[in-house]
Amino acid sequence: MARKNPNKNKKNADKLLDPSRRNLLKNAGIVGAAAMGSGAAKNVIAQDGAPTPKNSNVSPVTREALEVLTAEEAETLEAICDCLIPSDANGPGAYEARAVHYIDRSLASHNKGARESYMVSLDAINNYSKKTRGQPFFRLIKDVQNSILLGVQTDKVPGCAPTGNGFFSMVRNHTIDGTFCDPYYGGNQNFVGWDLIRYPGIRLSASETDVAKGSALDANHQSAYDHDTYTKMAANMALGQRGGSDNA
Amino acid sequence: MPKNLPKTDVVIVGMGAAGGVAAMPLTNAGLKVIGIEAGGWLSPRDFAPDELRNGARNWPQSVQKAASEAPTVRASSDQKAVQGGHPMMNAIGGTTMHYWAQSWRLNPWDFKVVSATAERYGADRIPADSTVEDWPFGYEELEPYYEKVEYAVGISGQAGNVKGRINRDGNIFEGERQNDYPMRPLRSSPFTDLMNKAARRLDWNPFQGPAAITSELYDGRPPCQYHGFCNKGGCHVQAKSSTAFTTIPKAIDSGNLEVVTYARVTNIVADNEGKVTGVDYVRGSETFFQPADVVLVASYAYENVRLLQLSKSRLFPNGLSNNAGQVGKHYLSHHQGSPVIALFPQDLHNWYGLPAQGVAIDDWADDNFDHGGLDFIGGANLWVHTDRKPIGAAKMGTFGKVRNWGSDWKKFVMENADRTNVAYIQKTTLPYEGNYLDLDPTVKDPMGFPVTRITARYRENELKIAEFSQEKMEEWYREAGATEITRTGLGNAMGASTHAYGGTRMGNNSETNVVDRWGFSHEVPNLGILGASVMGTSGARNPTLTVQALSWRTAEHLANNWRSFVF
Repeated sequence: MARKNPNKNKKNADKLLDPSRRNLLKNAGIVGAAAMGSGAAKNVIAQDGAPTPKNSNVSPVTREALEVLTAEEAETLEAICDCLIPSDANGPGAYEARAVHYIDRSLASHNKGARESYMVSLDAINNYSKKTRGQPFFRLIKDVQNSILLGVQTDKVPGCAPTGNGFFSMVRNHTIDGTFCDPYYGGNQNFVGWDLIRYPGIRLSASETDVAKGSALDANHQSAYDHDTYTKMAANMALGQRGGSDNA
Repeated sequence: MPKNLPKTDVVIVGMGAAGGVAAMPLTNAGLKVIGIEAGGWLSPRDFAPDELRNGARNWPQSVQKAASEAPTVRASSDQKAVQGGHPMMNAIGGTTMHYWAQSWRLNPWDFKVVSATAERYGADRIPADSTVEDWPFGYEELEPYYEKVEYAVGISGQAGNVKGRINRDGNIFEGERQNDYPMRPLRSSPFTDLMNKAARRLDWNPFQGPAAITSELYDGRPPCQYHGFCNKGGCHVQAKSSTAFTTIPKAIDSGNLEVVTYARVTNIVADNEGKVTGVDYVRGSETFFQPADVVLVASYAYENVRLLQLSKSRLFPNGLSNNAGQVGKHYLSHHQGSPVIALFPQDLHNWYGLPAQGVAIDDWADDNFDHGGLDFIGGANLWVHTDRKPIGAAKMGTFGKVRNWGSDWKKFVMENADRTNVAYIQKTTLPYEGNYLDLDPTVKDPMGFPVTRITARYRENELKIAEFSQEKMEEWYREAGATEITRTGLGNAMGASTHAYGGTRMGNNSETNVVDRWGFSHEVPNLGILGASVMGTSGARNPTLTVQALSWRTAEHLANNWRSFVF
């Protein structure tokens, strides 16, 4: 995550981690995930068949595990997200941002309450695709996927929960969250979402010159958590009680 | 049995905007104060510039007391109330940690809506079903307390009327002040300059609004860095003048304030002589009784009302201080919805900015314009501000131009992410018969106590102001060059709000009000109530500074008359 970032601020934090552990986390692409819950690192099952990038202007997506969704659910959702914010001639979309990875992880935390809705609705959409088009949703061509998704949005695909439109609005919201959030949460990878809308990135201080430049300001490609101030390890250092390595 | 603690002079329930200010005059007078707070201490390290954390993850208030007792809401008594969210947070400093920090004085008209309306337009212009009363005192009486708070917590702004001297860069409609703000206003931005100039062309009177945010080094705190994560987020440099970083630490330093964190007050204990003796609270798995000579209730409006309603005793079988049946009455949620949304043909440069960095128009607020030919009273404060974040930008409406997803949508968002703006319009909102707070008959919090039930809806007067102000707002945006405008619905139910008023209204008449002109209960002499729950009118602007001025006044009155309270 955030490999374009010079990451000056991370150096101190790195020192607190056992180097081999640090690399393990990095390779698993879950530097952020490690802080999300204890034991996250050891439960990771890295996928060898990582998705291949569609847009050549971004680096390959790191390996990621499914934490909540089933493999089939993730395939369906991946295709839905790609309809909502497509990877197209105008640049990368939800796919490169890894919105699905974000949603998957969020279903174990702040979006926990939406788990059942995803389970039921993704199944309903797939069943509808198989019944009416003879193929699971993710195998259909984009135009057909779009027309089915429009059916979901307008309550014409049966079996979605709470309703087709309700599910659609929720997935749309979550896909946007996953495309434009801080990369810490597993989405907006390589800052593709922020670059898409020319958001120059978070700054701890914005001068009048920065504001005047606005979208023309150089993108700094930093996560909030590239700043030690906001990391668990920095908090512990400040308290002077514990080292960071056993909390990583 | 709760564990008995040593007695103190004053116990304050809630260390937020109100209690955090009240602690100052009390501890300055040498009184021993214990502040009981449901949340804990937060520090700048907790406030990462992270839109998702402030928004979807609803941190840090998501696991707090307020969230666990969110009110249920219904528009009228023939409906079933449904539980929603609770917009406030628990922490030392309360919601001043993550609020927008707009810090207004009310307009003098807001204190005398009934008499001023009757005098200028006739008494029949007061909506027939409204229970509005004049405040028991005018703006002039609160003015010194506004000033005390502005200096104690640190407010930036441009005065418009100092001792009758009008400054057109400030709010020319404001009540007369004795002194300037302690700090100059927050800086302007390309967008606020654009809107300011447009308003001048319309011959309106734009000005930069006041904020509880430092614009320069103040009292050891650095100036605002304009990085823009104020909305539901705390300040990473303590530029936001939360009571947690201003009055509370000072009161603690005096040696007279002790703060108890993560403690939930469950009952205000009354004796058989009609006085309160202290409060019961729960901390973890332990329960305590904190005795005190005087109890000041300073939690949020819903919680103030609920705590009184839950505190039943022999002399107060319907809840504390509720023998006149007024607790929960005269409730209102501020009408601050129904925004107008504009699309401009150029970038607005709002990626770095904050909700309190903006331009206000008061020409259409309060009674600042002639209502002779209109069919409502009061008005609206129009507010446009900077502050744009990626997720919020991507969730913008599309002005009917494209479907809200797919390639066309993506192109639209890529072009317009920094080109839309949402106006914030606060309107005069009145109390009405049939709008009230009570205990929900079925929904309970995790401790088993019923939550608050809001039964309330906006009436004709609010909806007419909403329509009128949308018209004015559109005019302003168009003048500034907006090419597309969306107006949203006018509103119906009064949902749980960050601007909740009434329920323990202040007034001289003990038949229609819970507290007297000083903020003390008409029925229980040593019980004071702090917060917007004592306010009978909303005005057209954010309540916090008025809440704080009233709190200071109540606390100072208590300190000055201590012997008469402990007789």
